[in-house]
Amino acid sequence: MPDAPGLELIAKELNDAAEGSVLGTYHEHGEACLIADPDRILDILRWLRDTPSQEYRFLSSLHGVDYLPAKPRFGVVYELLNMPRVERLRVRAAIDDPGGEELPELDSCVELFPGAEFHEREVYDFFGIVFRGHPDMRRILMPEEYVGWPQRRDFPLGGEPVIFTRDEPAMPRWYE
Amino acid sequence: MKREKLRAHAPLDEPKPVTDLRVRQIRARDLLRGDLEGPDLEQHVEESVLTTTMHKALGWGRANSIFPATFGLACCAIEMMSIVSPRYDIARFGAENLRASPRQADLLILSGRVSIKMAPVCRRIYDQMLEPKWVMAMGACSSSGGMFANYAVVQGADKFMPVDIHVPGCPPRPEAVVYGFNKLQRMILGNPDPGWRKRYNGAGTEEWAREATGEASPEEIAAYEAARDLAATHESSRSQASRGGRA
Repeated sequence: MPDAPGLELIAKELNDAAEGSVLGTYHEHGEACLIADPDRILDILRWLRDTPSQEYRFLSSLHGVDYLPAKPRFGVVYELLNMPRVERLRVRAAIDDPGGEELPELDSCVELFPGAEFHEREVYDFFGIVFRGHPDMRRILMPEEYVGWPQRRDFPLGGEPVIFTRDEPAMPRWYE
Repeated sequence: MKREKLRAHAPLDEPKPVTDLRVRQIRARDLLRGDLEGPDLEQHVEESVLTTTMHKALGWGRANSIFPATFGLACCAIEMMSIVSPRYDIARFGAENLRASPRQADLLILSGRVSIKMAPVCRRIYDQMLEPKWVMAMGACSSSGGMFANYAVVQGADKFMPVDIHVPGCPPRPEAVVYGFNKLQRMILGNPDPGWRKRYNGAGTEEWAREATGEASPEEIAAYEAARDLAATHESSRSQASRGGRA
């Protein structure tokens, strides 16, 4: 786990290697996070993977977040792991919602970490974030004909409304 | 000589039930040989032939040899599996034979939540089963969606297939499944338990027959009345049967 100065060092080196790709850093609860420019996410991940002093060679998880109503709305979080040193580093790419029917897009990191294939499909399935260059961009858990992105915050919860006894006084004649 | 002695034990002119097995055997042999005649023959036939209707015989056979399908959906399946164990022993009711193919199964136990991706599969398995077939919705999830009020789970299995019996619980204990199974057997025998309809005098008031807005359609009214008549006939026949049994 890089400590706060170590994280700043990584950010500085990264910014030297790939100009302006790191937008910010934060270090909370002993966890280090780089906030990445979504257009240059592949440069960052490649640098972190291949630079001899870093060698974060294992992508332990990739997930999506919906920060509605914050802007930018979506986040894709990469959890990197250096196995020999047991050091973890988080990289977060914040993407804006293009609005309307359009889906937010991000570069796929399958060429760097083949294990990301199913993770990216899952993020696509639940948040509707399209990964450019993914070999097989379809839904993975929901049925293929499903409409909507169920883990987005503005997606209705679903199910059926149930009246409990304690709610009955608040809704007289609910059964009609 | 011996037979004469035995016959002396059972005098022919008094038609009282024959309880001695040996006597019955000898009479059966006489019948086959053609030697049995008169009141003796009549009594023998009366004691050894049972008359019933075809429907009742079929129902009896079906209810006592139900083959459930080997089909588990979620955590309820663990409880379902134990009903075949010696502790709960559904073999007492003739259902210990869980078939691995829907073609050979009579009963589909929906043991767990049905996700929208699994619903077509369940429906397909149901369609593949041969008539007559029954479905038990086991547990809260397959009956109503249970605690999974979300986008991924079907809110009650009766949205896509007919369900004969609902077993409540989360999950139901194996005893509850066996109890529900016994109710299903009674249903197959043509003697369904009216349950809450009897308790609350509510036959014919099922919600599917009630339209939320406007007048009820003629079909709905007919369904209403048919259900109410059915419940009434069941009730009267049951009370008659119980009265006759006591007298």
